[in-house]
Amino acid sequence: MSNEAATVQTADAATEEETGPRRGLGASLPAADARAKTEGTFPYAADLWAEGLLWAAVLRSPHPHARIKSIDTTHAREMPGVRAVVTHEDVPGTPVLGRGTADRPVFASEVVRHHGEPLAAVAADHPDTARMAAAAVIVEYEVLDPVTDPEQAFEAEPLHPDGNLVRHIPLRHGDADAVGEVVVEGLYRIGRQDPAPIGAEAGLAVPRPDGGVELYLASTDPHGDRDTAAAAFGLQQDQVKIVVTGVPGATADREDQSFQLPLGLLALKTGCPVKLAATREESFLGHTHRHPTLLRYRHHADAEGKLVKVEAQILLDAGAYAGTSSDALAAAVAFACGPYVVPNAFIEGWAVRTNNPPSGHVRGEGAMQVCAAYEAQMDKLAKKLGLDPAEVRLRNVMATGDVLPTGQTVTCPAPVAELLEAVRDFPLPPLPKDTPEDEWLLPGGPEGAGEPAAVRRGVGYGLGMVHMLGAEGADEVSTATVRVQNGVATVLCAAVETGQGFSTLARQIVQETLGIDEVHVVPVDTDQPPAGAGCRGRHTWVSGGAVERAAKMVRTQLLQPLAHKFGMSTELLQITDGKITSYDGVLSTTVTEAMDGKELWATAQCRPHPTEPLDDTGQGDAFVGMAFCAIRAVVDVDIELGSVRVVELAVAQDVGRVLNPAQLAARIEAGVTQGLGAALTENLRTPRGLIRHPDLTGYALPTALDAPDIRIVKLVEERDVVAPFGAKAVSAAPVVASPAAIASAVRAATGRPVNRLPIRPQAAVVTSN
Amino acid sequence: MTLPTTLDEAVAALTAMPAAVPVAGGTDLMAAVNSGQLRPAALVGLGKISEIRGWQYLDGHALLGAGLTHARMGRPDFAALIPALAAAARAAGPPHIRNAGTLGGNIASAAPTGDALPVLAALEATLIVAGPGGARREVPVSHLLAGMDVLRPGELIGYVRVPLLHAPQVFLKATGRTGPGRAVASVALVLDPARRGVRCAVGAIAPMPLRPLEAEQWVAQLIDWDNNRAIVPEALSAFGEYVAAACIPDAARGEDGTVPPLPPAVLHLRRTVAALARRALGRALS
Repeated sequence: MSNEAATVQTADAATEEETGPRRGLGASLPAADARAKTEGTFPYAADLWAEGLLWAAVLRSPHPHARIKSIDTTHAREMPGVRAVVTHEDVPGTPVLGRGTADRPVFASEVVRHHGEPLAAVAADHPDTARMAAAAVIVEYEVLDPVTDPEQAFEAEPLHPDGNLVRHIPLRHGDADAVGEVVVEGLYRIGRQDPAPIGAEAGLAVPRPDGGVELYLASTDPHGDRDTAAAAFGLQQDQVKIVVTGVPGATADREDQSFQLPLGLLALKTGCPVKLAATREESFLGHTHRHPTLLRYRHHADAEGKLVKVEAQILLDAGAYAGTSSDALAAAVAFACGPYVVPNAFIEGWAVRTNNPPSGHVRGEGAMQVCAAYEAQMDKLAKKLGLDPAEVRLRNVMATGDVLPTGQTVTCPAPVAELLEAVRDFPLPPLPKDTPEDEWLLPGGPEGAGEPAAVRRGVGYGLGMVHMLGAEGADEVSTATVRVQNGVATVLCAAVETGQGFSTLARQIVQETLGIDEVHVVPVDTDQPPAGAGCRGRHTWVSGGAVERAAKMVRTQLLQPLAHKFGMSTELLQITDGKITSYDGVLSTTVTEAMDGKELWATAQCRPHPTEPLDDTGQGDAFVGMAFCAIRAVVDVDIELGSVRVVELAVAQDVGRVLNPAQLAARIEAGVTQGLGAALTENLRTPRGLIRHPDLTGYALPTALDAPDIRIVKLVEERDVVAPFGAKAVSAAPVVASPAAIASAVRAATGRPVNRLPIRPQAAVVTSN
Repeated sequence: MTLPTTLDEAVAALTAMPAAVPVAGGTDLMAAVNSGQLRPAALVGLGKISEIRGWQYLDGHALLGAGLTHARMGRPDFAALIPALAAAARAAGPPHIRNAGTLGGNIASAAPTGDALPVLAALEATLIVAGPGGARREVPVSHLLAGMDVLRPGELIGYVRVPLLHAPQVFLKATGRTGPGRAVASVALVLDPARRGVRCAVGAIAPMPLRPLEAEQWVAQLIDWDNNRAIVPEALSAFGEYVAAACIPDAARGEDGTVPPLPPAVLHLRRTVAALARRALGRALS
């Protein structure tokens, strides 16, 4: 009997250990909205409804470059059911928008600079009427030759009053005359990845009696968008409110402002609620894309493979408007050499305007493009020296205390060697001949044309690094409020839950600090204080830090009277399961009792240490923190057809501290898969500046069959002392490293150079002649 | 929207409303409607016509209803009958597309990437077209796809007559990815042991499937039909090259008498067709 009880107890203890804690930091707490999202009851922006709403449609330019001779809205206005038509003449305030650099007109007035640029918007009582009315706006164009090759942009006539050069960074670090015994060169091209959010853009604008307007949107930067909208509408900031609705996917800046502003203008003009739900085509035409990039590299190394010097030229295609291209260029130039020690670096980076669709922030911007190039260079170096590709990387990897080419010392944990060794030493997946009983998924897929005899397997590596938070002096700040009443905690913070898991993390932080199980996160709107845009791991760090501080302040308020009563400091009291106990367990009371019907509030801010802009030679402490990732890719290539199947991606990542294991694994898997898309299939083609196939058949996102086995081999938990909880952002680093790793593996399988992403089948074919 | 229950009712509905558009699975049509490219005045739904949703046997042929879905054609019982069409149906997209899309729709849409089309071309299938007043006429599938004989007002594809060859058939499709995708090139190859013939069609590289007739005849005589359909291995590669060169010919000779090289993308497509044709014949004869 007693034996049995003991056994049961042990079993229970084992289960507890395996499943980990159920609440607080380190727990795999599920997202509060997971069930609603799975069952399809979660309300997204496209599900919104208001009594008497009108539907909006936007007229977009069919030309990449044209002079506008006239815009005639007479016919559109006269159509039955049409309530308002707005053009550039109807923008009462500042008629430009754009994150980073505001250089993009709300509506084109004199010139259109890219295919899909908005010219007019219509509100009507039916979406079809609105679309037909938008098509009935007569625009007389004088079509101009588009500049679509970024290399031509330097010489071309200015496409924009600000000129064609958005930014030039000539980074100079070390001795220009240094030469290595071995030199490898390469020219690399990275295509245009689209964020392709599963839920297309949608929103609802509701006019207010005070002359203001409320915008219901899936914005990822509500305060930034509010400021732009208020300026464009000619209103005070407090007259415009953005209420953030469910975000249906955001791997980039969400809810392009070119949808929001027409919507608000139409609501203000008609006095009615106005809704817009973009079609997939409009979504592709309206939002920004990843920067297509051209890279030219020369690596110098000594005979042992130690890097001596890196020279590079990096050209980012910003598209028609600058937007956030300056930030992307800074990341590209700063991380041009990757997580390797390079004593001498000379990197020229440019971002230029063209008549291609505008580029913007997409996870891993700048860093992903250079990673594909510098890792290709490392493969070339290994081949030239007859070294193993992992070995040549290990001889050069950086560690804490090493200096970036920008002159910034890496002060955070940089366990790059440990990450690379972990993926290198992880057992390789079995070959099909070793597991004959398993069905082998060939390149080309089930029912594909794959032929086992033509399949070659390759193994490759990618080492990526990204910066966290805004760079170059951006003011990073977030404010959070924590309220406790009746044993329930509530978090108010304008950090948008984009799917990155912030609201789950906020609940865990409060559980950990206050020992309260039931924590709610309030929906976000711009009446709350700003928390900044949801990108570059900002919210885990800045907003998570603010939530923790606020929760700690509430804790002190709660425990201070008790501590005083018991004659001990608050640190000697602990809260678990709604009970407050002293360190020795002698004194105890419940949270409800201690609260005594009171309501406790605290608001706190988190602002990381400041950074500085890169100077004229690309030098400066521009980044708050960095995160690293190593990926080993195993691919099968059908060398006759050039079809590639990624068999396995083994990931080791520098995460600082695991706050939610399940969520962390999901973020890494999502990032790796986005990188897989960039490596193999995702490329929005724009011949002569015109977007081709703006649909999800023409633009091939990875499906479950394309996604490989993703093995998270190691998570290095070396806490970053300056980050709240010591945790690093996790989503972007795998996006950066996986395309490089896949390209490296295809190189190993085929012996071909593979210098272009996505990898086209003809680049993976092995021909005898 | 009307929902007739027989083929003749559907034809009558189309005749009565010439502006109406017939819809079966809607996988192509509804995408065009939703994107605003097509605004049909009325729809005639074909989903309730049970007579075209199955198949029957007729003098050594199978009479396939135009309303057969890809999912149904992909099942093992159908695969035992017409293996290449079953393989094409299984490759024709993700499950929800295969559940809705039909054989007749694939033919009527006549998209260059339609997966069933090269198989029907290789099988030399014949369409049974239903017309007003109970009229039936036969149209070879290649005539319809080439635009030599188009559907007249009020007409519907009712059935597809396909010979039962009782021999290996192969359909291979290159998509450039592992997940479902549109064909970059596809090859359907069927053996006809009774006539000692090989028939092959290449899909997706031209507006309609291409038949390399000379290559078919050439390779048919190299097969030892009485001895396990044996063939020398070199003939497989030669057949692949022959098919590819027939479908994607060299550029015209320049004025100086030299043949300019094909652009890299076209050259890759030719290599892809050659590999598919070689693999298809190899699998059919193995």
